[in-house]
Amino acid sequence: MIKSTKKSVVGSSASSGRIKAIDIVNKGLKRRYRKEKRFRLYGMLSILASVAFLAFLLTSIVFNGYSAFLQTYIKLDVPLEAGMIDKQEPGRSDFQGIIKSAIRSYYPEVTERQDKRELYALFSSGAAFQLRDTVLSNPPEEGTTLSLWVLADDDVDMLMKGHMKRDVPEGSRRLNDKQLRWIERLEADKRVEKRFNTTFFSAGDSREPELAGIWGAVKGSIYTMLVTLALSFPIGICAAVYLEEFAPKNLATDFIEVNINNLAAVPSIVFGLLGLAVFLNFFGMPRSTPLVGGIVLMLMTLPTIIIASRAALKAVPPSIREAALGVGSSKLQVVASHVLPLALPGMLTGTIIGMAQALGETAPLLMIGMVAFIVDIPGGFTDPAAVMPVQIYLWADSPERAFVERTSAAIMVLLAFLISMNAVAVVMRKRFERRW
Amino acid sequence: MQEVLNKKNVEKRILAPRESRDTIGRINVSNPRMICRDVNVYYGDKQAIRNVSIDIGCNEVLAMIGPSGCGKSTFLRCLNRMNDTIDNCRVTGEILFDDKDIYDSSIDVVPLRAQIGMVFQKPNPFPKTIYENVAWAPRIHGIIESKSDADEIVETSLQKAGLWGEVKDRLDQPGNGLSGGQQQRLCIARAIAVSPEVILMDEPCSALDPIATAKIEDLIEELRTQYTIAIVTHSMQQASRVSQRTAFFHLGDLIEVGATEAIFTKPSHQLTEDYITGRYG
Amino acid sequence: MSPLLLFLLLLLLSVTGFFIGRRKAVSLAKKAGGTSRLHSLPVYYGTLTAFWCCLPAFFMFLIWLSFEQSIITWLMVADLPEQARALPPARLNVLISDIQGLVNGNIVSGEVTPLMRSAAEHYISLKGISQMITSVMVLVVAIAGMLMVHRQIKPELRARNQVEKVVMGLLVVCSTIAIFTTVGIVLSILYEAVRFFQQIPVTDFLFGLEWSPQMAIREDQVGSSGAFGAVPVFAGTILISAIAMFIAAPIGLMSAIFLSEYADRRLRSVVKPLLEILAGVPTVVYGFFAALVVAPLIRNSGAQFGIDVSSESALAAGLVMGVMIIPFVSSLSDDVINAVPQSLRDGAYSVGATRSETIKDVLVPAALPGIVGGLLLAVSRAIGETMIVVMAAGLSANLTANPLQAVTTVTVQIVTLLVGDQEFDSPKTLAAFALGLVLFIGTLLLNIIALTFVRKYRERYD
Repeated sequence: MIKSTKKSVVGSSASSGRIKAIDIVNKGLKRRYRKEKRFRLYGMLSILASVAFLAFLLTSIVFNGYSAFLQTYIKLDVPLEAGMIDKQEPGRSDFQGIIKSAIRSYYPEVTERQDKRELYALFSSGAAFQLRDTVLSNPPEEGTTLSLWVLADDDVDMLMKGHMKRDVPEGSRRLNDKQLRWIERLEADKRVEKRFNTTFFSAGDSREPELAGIWGAVKGSIYTMLVTLALSFPIGICAAVYLEEFAPKNLATDFIEVNINNLAAVPSIVFGLLGLAVFLNFFGMPRSTPLVGGIVLMLMTLPTIIIASRAALKAVPPSIREAALGVGSSKLQVVASHVLPLALPGMLTGTIIGMAQALGETAPLLMIGMVAFIVDIPGGFTDPAAVMPVQIYLWADSPERAFVERTSAAIMVLLAFLISMNAVAVVMRKRFERRW
Repeated sequence: MQEVLNKKNVEKRILAPRESRDTIGRINVSNPRMICRDVNVYYGDKQAIRNVSIDIGCNEVLAMIGPSGCGKSTFLRCLNRMNDTIDNCRVTGEILFDDKDIYDSSIDVVPLRAQIGMVFQKPNPFPKTIYENVAWAPRIHGIIESKSDADEIVETSLQKAGLWGEVKDRLDQPGNGLSGGQQQRLCIARAIAVSPEVILMDEPCSALDPIATAKIEDLIEELRTQYTIAIVTHSMQQASRVSQRTAFFHLGDLIEVGATEAIFTKPSHQLTEDYITGRYG
Repeated sequence: MSPLLLFLLLLLLSVTGFFIGRRKAVSLAKKAGGTSRLHSLPVYYGTLTAFWCCLPAFFMFLIWLSFEQSIITWLMVADLPEQARALPPARLNVLISDIQGLVNGNIVSGEVTPLMRSAAEHYISLKGISQMITSVMVLVVAIAGMLMVHRQIKPELRARNQVEKVVMGLLVVCSTIAIFTTVGIVLSILYEAVRFFQQIPVTDFLFGLEWSPQMAIREDQVGSSGAFGAVPVFAGTILISAIAMFIAAPIGLMSAIFLSEYADRRLRSVVKPLLEILAGVPTVVYGFFAALVVAPLIRNSGAQFGIDVSSESALAAGLVMGVMIIPFVSSLSDDVINAVPQSLRDGAYSVGATRSETIKDVLVPAALPGIVGGLLLAVSRAIGETMIVVMAAGLSANLTANPLQAVTTVTVQIVTLLVGDQEFDSPKTLAAFALGLVLFIGTLLLNIIALTFVRKYRERYD
């Protein structure tokens, strides 16, 4: 029956055939729209999945990391008795001892050796440095009592932030019952407080989570990026200008193009191997330094910048070149004074995106020794330094719970840099976008 | 002196104020297949078509002519709602097909377009074989259920499009491998394959050489016996060769409609006369 | 004089050169009766002078800088006492790095001996001499170049042409850096890999089923066992990449399709930046996330069903890597789908196709070469991705296809073999370069195939 209708559809008897055809179309519509809906749903779910994952990632980072911006401090009364501070060289006094005696005087009942050690463990080893800085900057009179907010140990910090539960059995938390009682007494005296964590933004790396900061890595990143930018921007633009404006169409140019496109897709770790074998082992450049890191990242980002710059040059219409050539300028003058200024915003955008890529890159830097544990804040291009992503990697590997929140906080700082760089690129693109 | 004055006048008329101008000539026919009344088309804030009313009769070829930018293509794309794919495009007025307004919310574009096919300016065969180019649309519509159905439809459609003899031995080769004129006839075969009632043609020959154009024009003449055809063309000669009625558009207005012969020999509106005598365009 | 200071001085000299050159050109022009008498504008004479002042000096400076370290070290070693020089090369290297550490004020591995102290002093004095020589030579060359050009400035000197020639030369040099990089990669990796293959036969490496590079540290075991059989490593890489592509290919492609064909402008303007953020998240962050959140999640949910999941399961790493690649796939496919001409969509809609029919039967087949190219590039990225697997995948090389077990990848092995202070000539560290070679060749082939696909596609619709 159906068969016969269709015969008439394709047959030559036009008018009856047509009416049947539209009937068949209408009959199939429901099924087709179901398929359509399902397909659309898949698309929507895909988008939703990506966005949900992004949200999941960001919230879990923020959730894990926001507490790192606060740090637990303990108020300690430090009695400065005679002889405690060295008269000649106050900086060489036994500050560790002074802190310990101050702690003992707050807890006179603690006498056992083992107990004392557990008591001292509540305070950061950085407390002595804090005391030293206070004494040096503002020498107190002997016999006075300094009231000082000192850093708490990371375990106490975790407890105060709720990352360590008090009600679990003693064996499964890092602070024992005795230590908890001491802390409770501090709390009762209102001697425990969470404050903004300045250490995190001013210190270098440390084995102690409460003393570790991101500033060393930020500076390392800045030095590295300076090297990368100083090299890749001019080189990238020159290369793009040559390839787009001057290069003859021949085999050599083709080879360069293929090379650039391939390099853009070569795994970043391979650039690290190159850096290790050539810059460190062959040229003997210093390990772990922003100089070498910057050069390696420059080689890595160069293809990105060249490709973006070429696209920007391509977008300048040939009529402008022809007009300038028509008034008798040389080809180089045309490019320098007419084409380049018009293409520059696009080139800058590409450069910023390349820089953002380089700023987040880790793998090649592992290869050239930028994973060393570096406490000092780098002061130049040839000082050993860590960069932000490497710092994140190092902290992520540390077992202490307190490093988890610091890792997350460092990620937030890094993402803030990256997102603002990308935002600048987007704004620039919007602002200078020109349609010819 | 006369020349200069003439030119001035033409200019004045072309740039005449754009309040809607009434259409001259008979817009309705005795056996209409589509009836358009007061159609307005807007792209965002810009109005591209104003108050166009016209009938398209059964088994006739209606040619739409006019200078570029006059809205003739826009109007044609309204007739099977191809304008839906353009983001900020808005259509008001009535376009009746089988006594129903095709812009009514109850109308489904899918079966509508199966009934009102379209052929475009540039031949746009799918990146498939010649066979699949024709068989695809009837297959998705469920008109084809078996291989023999498909073979039959492909053959009859290609025959109607006058392409069968040229391609019957290479149906499995890609459609884009054909010459421009053949591609355009393939696109016509593709449109015919779903048995439409109306075929819209948007400057179907503008990308073709004269020989290919002649073939398509012959084809249009043949197709008229089975289908209703509306064709947009920028070539007045083509309009006069293929169409029974002609509509002249200018800056979004339908200026004049009438039997093709009358339009080309005795245009009523000055603008039409200026255009077909080549004073502007 | 420190390199930075020297560099600044050179810059200053060039600026001076520019002004001197220009002034001479201007005064010549006055004498000859107008600027038009000169061959070029005075600026070009100045620029030419500046070029000659800085370029030769700068290149000399650069060359010296790159070899300074090796030369000085060599000189210092030559002056070491007999007994120190007789040390085996490995020990000697430790000594040298200790001495350099002493010079830079870094941590020294052993105690400081008088020998080291004196060597360090010698090193410092050598370095001082070298720096002095460099400074003098660089400055002399700079000034000589400047004066030479200055003397040559005449009205008929074709300054503009010469300047343009130099600039063109610079441009060419810059554009060949890509070639040098590739050559550098190939040579450096190949060189070390060949050293590795001298100790371990290529076939053992490529087809061996056991990978445990740690065992080979003892001298007597080198090359004697199949400890460097990389098949498990390759298999792990493929497993994780496959999981990643299993996630990224459908989701990325469907996202691209939805964004380009279904979403209205508003939704697009929200979702696209979000995807860009996803693409811009550094891989180390994904790695941290995989290790901290995703891996425990999978492990715990596995435990709920009584399935034993490794805490470094391939699934966790692959999953997160897949998410990382989604925006990559989606933006490449988006470009490709958008490049399909509108006329094809029109053609499909005009015969009454629904959107999904148009997409599935017309757009995707039309865009297929581009999509395949994009997917191949994504595979290449998955294979080369390092941080996620370093942080979330395992170290031990299991030959398994079970995604719930821990596997290791090429990149993980490269990192673990090379990070830390290792001797640079044991098969263990050299193995990293052999793996690097395989990685480079593999991704290179994928890239070339992918780029050919994409290029073909572009040509079709341009």
